Amino acid sequence: MDFKRLFIIAFKDLRLIFRDRSALVLMLLAPFVLTLGMGALTGRFSGAGTSTFEDIPFQVVNQDQGELAAALIQVFESEDLAALLAPEIITDPVAGRQAVDSDKSAAFILIPAGFSASVLSPQAPNSVPPQIEFYENPTRPNSAGLLRSILDQFLAQVEIGRVSAQVVVTQLLQHGLIAPAQAAEIGKKVGVNLATRGAADVSAQIEVNQEVNEAPKFDILAYMAPGMAMMFLMFTVTYGARSLLVENRDGTLQRMLVAPTSAANVLGGKFAGIFLTAVAQLLILIGGTSLLFRLQWGDPLAVWLLILAAAVGATGWGVFFAALLKTPGQVAATGSAVMLLFGLLGGSFFDISILPGPIQVFNKITPNAWANAGFSTLSAGGGLRDIQPNILALLVMGLVLFGVASVWISRRGLGRK
Amino acid sequence: MAPILEARHLVKQFGDLKAVNDVSFEVEQGTIFSLLGPNGAGKTTTISMLSTLIKPTSGDALIDGFSITRQSVEVRRAIGVVPQEIALYEDLTAMENLVFWGQMYGLSGQALRARIGEVLDQIDLRDRARERIKTYSGGMKRRVNIGVGLLHKPRLLFMDEPTVGIDPQSRRAILDSVKTLRDGGMTILYTTHYMEEAEELSDRVGIIDHGQLIALGTQAELTARVGETDTLILHLGENEDPHHLVEALATIPGVLKVNPLDSQVSIIATSAEEILALVVGKANELGTRIHSVDMREPNLEAVFLHLTGRALRD
Ligand SMILES: Nc1ncnc2c1ncn2[C@@H]1O[C@H](COP(=O)(O)OP(=O)(O)OP(=O)(O)O)[C@@H](O)[C@H]1O
Ligand SMILES: [Mg+2]
Repeated sequence: MDFKRLFIIAFKDLRLIFRDRSALVLMLLAPFVLTLGMGALTGRFSGAGTSTFEDIPFQVVNQDQGELAAALIQVFESEDLAALLAPEIITDPVAGRQAVDSDKSAAFILIPAGFSASVLSPQAPNSVPPQIEFYENPTRPNSAGLLRSILDQFLAQVEIGRVSAQVVVTQLLQHGLIAPAQAAEIGKKVGVNLATRGAADVSAQIEVNQEVNEAPKFDILAYMAPGMAMMFLMFTVTYGARSLLVENRDGTLQRMLVAPTSAANVLGGKFAGIFLTAVAQLLILIGGTSLLFRLQWGDPLAVWLLILAAAVGATGWGVFFAALLKTPGQVAATGSAVMLLFGLLGGSFFDISILPGPIQVFNKITPNAWANAGFSTLSAGGGLRDIQPNILALLVMGLVLFGVASVWISRRGLGRK
Repeated sequence: MAPILEARHLVKQFGDLKAVNDVSFEVEQGTIFSLLGPNGAGKTTTISMLSTLIKPTSGDALIDGFSITRQSVEVRRAIGVVPQEIALYEDLTAMENLVFWGQMYGLSGQALRARIGEVLDQIDLRDRARERIKTYSGGMKRRVNIGVGLLHKPRLLFMDEPTVGIDPQSRRAILDSVKTLRDGGMTILYTTHYMEEAEELSDRVGIIDHGQLIALGTQAELTARVGETDTLILHLGENEDPHHLVEALATIPGVLKVNPLDSQVSIIATSAEEILALVVGKANELGTRIHSVDMREPNLEAVFLHLTGRALRD
C-alpha cells in the first residue's frame, strides 16, 4: 500500500468539500440550527433560576378527553411539579373563570373538545382548529407566566410532533416500510410520543430552574445533538460517494489511475477521504455544541473512539452507495432519502420503539441507531465498557460494507465509464 | 536507438465493436508521432491502452522497455497523459491542482515548487495561478490540463486532441509549445482530427479509421501514395466567416473537398491552377476578402480522402 498517495488523495477530498458552500451548510450549519431550534422550543435556553413558587393554584377543564389532553394533565400532575403546582380538575368553565376573577386561582385552562383530534388527524380545509383557552389572573403575573410557559412548551412540542409525524409517515410510506392503512395510526403514535416526551422535558426544565446549581437530569439537547450530527453525517458520506462518481465522470479519476500508483490505492484514497471528512464533521459538531450549548458528551476517550467507529460505519454506507449506483445524480437523490430514513429509523427524531417490529430490526443496520445510543450512554455518564457493543457493531458494519463495495467496484472496473 | 514506444497488434473490443483493431506502430525517441483520424476512429481508446488505463483485449506494447500489460506501474512512471476532456478540480486553483498532481507523481517540497514555476511559465499562467479553475476560460483550462501532464518531465507524453474547442491564439500557443517540448527532447504521441495540426507537428503520422491504421509513415511517404491532387489554402481577411464560401466553392468542377478552419479554407482539387480563377471569382461574388492564397503539394487530407473516399471532417 502506498500510504503517501492515499493520504494525498484523501486530503485533496477534504479540502474540496470544505470549498463547497452548499455542502458545508448541510454538513455543519443544518445540524447546529436544528439542534438549536429544538433547544429553543423546549426552553433549554431560558437560563437562570426563578423566584420560588409554591403550590400555584389553578383549574383545568378537560372537554377534549383525548390523548393530548391526558398528556398535558399528566404534565401538570407529574411528581416533578408536585411541589410547584396545585392543579384542580373541574368540569364547569364558568366556575373556573370566576375563581380567577376572585383571585382564588392563578389561571384557568380550558382544553376544548376535539383538540387532540384536530392535531392528530388531518383536518377538513377551512375549519378552525379548536384552541386551548388560557385565562390568567393579572394580579399574579409570575404564577400565571410560569403556567403559560409550561403550556407553551407543551404546545411547541405538540407542534414538533405533528410536523415530524407527517415527515415520518410520508417517508415510511414512500419507502414501502408501512402500508397506507397503518399510516394514520403510526402518525398518531409518533405525535403522541413526541408530545409526551415534551411533557418530560417541561417538568425537567422547571426542576432545573428550581435547583439552579445542579446539573440537569434530562437534557433534550444531549439527545438531539448526536441525533442531528449522525443524520447529517449520512449526508457527508453520500456526498463523498458522489465525489467518486463525479471524478469518474470528469476524468480526474482516470487521471489518478494513470499516475504511478495502484487502482486499489486510488480507491483507498477516496474511501479515506470520506472517512476523514466524516471525522472532521463529527469533531466540529461535537466541539461546537460543547462550547455553545455547554453539552456534556461524556468521557473524552470513549467519545473519540465512538466518533471514529461511527465514521467507519457511515463511510461504509457511503462507499456501498458509490458501488451500487452509477451516476452522481442517483447518489445525490438516494443520499438525501437515506439521510432522512436513517435519521428516522436511527431515532434522531423520536423513540422508534413505537413502530412496527420489522422496522425495529431494520434500524439495526443504520449507523445512526448504534451511535445515537452510544452517545446517549456516554452523556448519561457511561464509560467505554458500556459502549463496546456499539463500537464493535459500527466497525463490523463499516468493514463488511467496505468489503462488498470494493469487490463490486473492482469487478466493474474502476474508471470505467 | 530502440524506439521508446512499440505497439504490437493492439486490439480493444467493446461488445461487438472492435474500437481498435490490430494496431501496430513505433515511435522514436525525441519525435512527434501523430495519430490522425476522424471522430470515433479509436484514437482515445489506443491512448487509454498505452497509458494503462484499460487493458487491451489482445496485443501488447512496450514503453521504455516495459510492457503495458504486465509492468503498468513502471510504464506510468515514464509517461505523462493530457486527456482529451479537461480533467482538473474546478474548485481548486491552478496552483493547487498542480501541487496535487505533482504529488501524485512523487514530487514534493522545493523540487515540486520549482517545477510548478517552470510549468506555469511554459503554459503562461503564472499571473492567474491562484485563481480557481472554474473562473478560467476554455483555453486557459486546456493549458493547465497540459501543464499537469508535464510536471514530472515524462519521457513520453500522450496528448489526446489538446486543441479541441479553443480559440485560434490558444491553439497557436499550444502547437508551438508542443514543438518546443519535442526540441527539448520529449517524445510526443499526439492525436488529432485536424490535418493541418498533424502536418505542422509530425515527424511521423499514423492515419487511423474504424480502429485500423490505414497508413503509417513520414508525411512525404504518405503523400507520395496519393496521385495527382493539389491543395489550395485561402487565408481570409480578418473577421471573415469562411462558412459562406464553402458551399459556393464545392460546386466548382474539379473541386473534391472544401474544409473551413478558423479563418482559412482548404480546397482539395485535381489541379490547383485550373480552379484558382474560379475560386477567386466566387469569393468576389460573395464579397469575401481573400488575404492570401497558398498552393500545397498533396497533403494528409488528400491521403485520407484517397484511402477512404471520405473527408476527415464531415
Ligand atoms: N467504454 C466504451 N464502451 C463502448 N464503446 C466504446 C467505449 N469507448 C469507446 N467506444 C467506442 O469505440 C470507438 C472509438 O472511440 P474512441 O473514443 O477511441 O474514438 P476517438 O478516435 O478518440 O474519437 P474522438 O475524436 O471523437 O475523440 C467509438 O465508436 C466509441 O463509441
Ligand atoms: Mg478521442
